[in-house]
Amino acid sequence: MSPIELLETRITGVVRAVTGAGEQELVPQSRLSGPMPWVIAIMVTMTVIAMAAGLALRNTVVSAQAGLEGGITVQIVEPRAGERQAQSKAALERLRALPGVTGARLVPQDELDRLIEPWLGSDGGSASTMAIPVPALIDVQLAEQASEARVGQIRAALAKVAPAARVDAQSGWLEPVYDAIASLQWLAIALVLLLALALAAAVLMAARSALGTNRETIEIVHLLGGTDAQIAKVFQRSMGVDAIGGGVVGFALAVVVILFLGRHFAGLGAGMVESGALGWNDWLLLAMVPVAAALLAMLTARLTVMHALRKML
Amino acid sequence: MSQPAGDEIVQFDNVGLRYGTDREVLRNLSFTLFPGSFYFLTGASGAGKTSLLRLLYLAQRPSRGAIRMFGADAITLPRERLPMLRRRIGVVFQDFRLVSHLSAFDNVALPLRVAGANERDLRKPVTDMLEWVGLADRMDARPATLSGGEQQRVAIARAVIARPQMLVADEPSGNVDPEMAVKLLRLFEALNGLGTTVVVATHDVHLLQKVPDSLIMRLNKGQLGDPTGALKFPPARDASPVRPARPSA
Ligand SMILES: Nc1ncnc2c1ncn2[C@@H]1O[C@H](COP(=O)(O)OP(=O)(O)OP(=O)(O)O)[C@@H](O)[C@H]1O
Ligand SMILES: [Mg+2]
Repeated sequence: MSPIELLETRITGVVRAVTGAGEQELVPQSRLSGPMPWVIAIMVTMTVIAMAAGLALRNTVVSAQAGLEGGITVQIVEPRAGERQAQSKAALERLRALPGVTGARLVPQDELDRLIEPWLGSDGGSASTMAIPVPALIDVQLAEQASEARVGQIRAALAKVAPAARVDAQSGWLEPVYDAIASLQWLAIALVLLLALALAAAVLMAARSALGTNRETIEIVHLLGGTDAQIAKVFQRSMGVDAIGGGVVGFALAVVVILFLGRHFAGLGAGMVESGALGWNDWLLLAMVPVAAALLAMLTARLTVMHALRKML
Repeated sequence: MSQPAGDEIVQFDNVGLRYGTDREVLRNLSFTLFPGSFYFLTGASGAGKTSLLRLLYLAQRPSRGAIRMFGADAITLPRERLPMLRRRIGVVFQDFRLVSHLSAFDNVALPLRVAGANERDLRKPVTDMLEWVGLADRMDARPATLSGGEQQRVAIARAVIARPQMLVADEPSGNVDPEMAVKLLRLFEALNGLGTTVVVATHDVHLLQKVPDSLIMRLNKGQLGDPTGALKFPPARDASPVRPARPSA
């Protein structure tokens, strides 16, 4: 017994329990579509993976944008270390007192060192003791977007307490990166749409071939007084069981791939990947793919059989 | 028309049938079948026996004329009411039409299941019926593993299992030995004795003599002859045995 067949035996029981406990079948379940559950499984796997990639990219862009849009950098450009420290402290206090500021953080010295290390090298010693004066940095988070007007307000507020302050909105420097990610996201959406289309086509073909191989049975039951609804139900259920079997296998495979890839990306340690992690609502959306495939399969089977029956007297 | 209302089980009035745009394979058929009668339908190969039976078991609508069945107008009856009518008709198809992936048992049980019979209630009648046609030991066999004659007996068992009001059999003894043919005929007669109208198409003239009270319909190139005069309405069972065919056109 193949894994799908094993699964389907279970599913048949569940489906039967859901659609009418103990109800006897007109024509016992027969394996309708041979390779079709596998085709559906593969299509579901690819669709789910593409969709997961798209969702992860979207999460990255959304969280990064949220961080950038309300973000402001204040530099205290003052060569004298003492004065720089004093102005930084004053600016920090002033900023925290301002309405609409949700957070203000003085970037610690070692972090600053690491930031400039690629440009100045580490042998020059710490930024605080270096001959080249490095400005102090303050990260500011605003409740709302860092518009030009808002930046101007803050600039004005800081002018008295820290004349050496230079205020800039953070957005801008990462823009090209996020543009690229956004276009990747569009690619993922296009892929998902194409795969969904192919999945629908596979399901349609499965229903058609099931109808073809069972046309004789359908005709006989029809002539023995079976109603359209009775006959459609038999095939709807068979197709549903096939599609759910394929869908579950495909989804499980996709989950394994996604978790595996996720672990590897997490290994990079980049904050961006963490912000792109899938939330429970994303997983819910992904789980809808096999469900949608099964529903589509059942609906297609029903419509195909009903259509064929209506051509008979 | 002046025939007694409600008495007849089937009534054809000037019925014609053509497949596609071909010539008519059935022409000007007017006859009445009465409850509890036993009819033989004979005629040369290609005379239209199967075509006429297809009209009787509601697999086909005629191209013209009127058909009443079980008191309903079979031409204008909405499609969704046909299944209920079909369940009152047992059919032995010329090519058996057994469901290939079902066992002999399940094939015979099919009409009962279609009618929604309880699984517990159908075990015994199906087993008994298969025993009666001599297939007690082949109940779990698939049609493909049965001989032609065995398949035919399964088909007959399936046709009579639900005690239909009308039984339509197309060459039911074509594949069995004469002894079995007579035995099957006895089954039809027994069913007939219970009130079922029986219509048997056959070109086996020996069979006709085996059922003494039977009425004979003879098809000749799509037109109906009425040798016993039994098909006129009102029925003339005591009329002279041979009568001219009904006037055409
Ligand atoms: N589906 C069809 N399409 C077109 N022509 C058909 C069809 N079925 C039957 N015919 C034609 O209708 C005529 C009557 O056929 P039918 O099968 O009713 O004869 P029959 O009396 O049952 O013959 P047999 O004794 O050989 O079974 C034949 O000429 C046949 O070719
Ligand atoms: Mg025939």
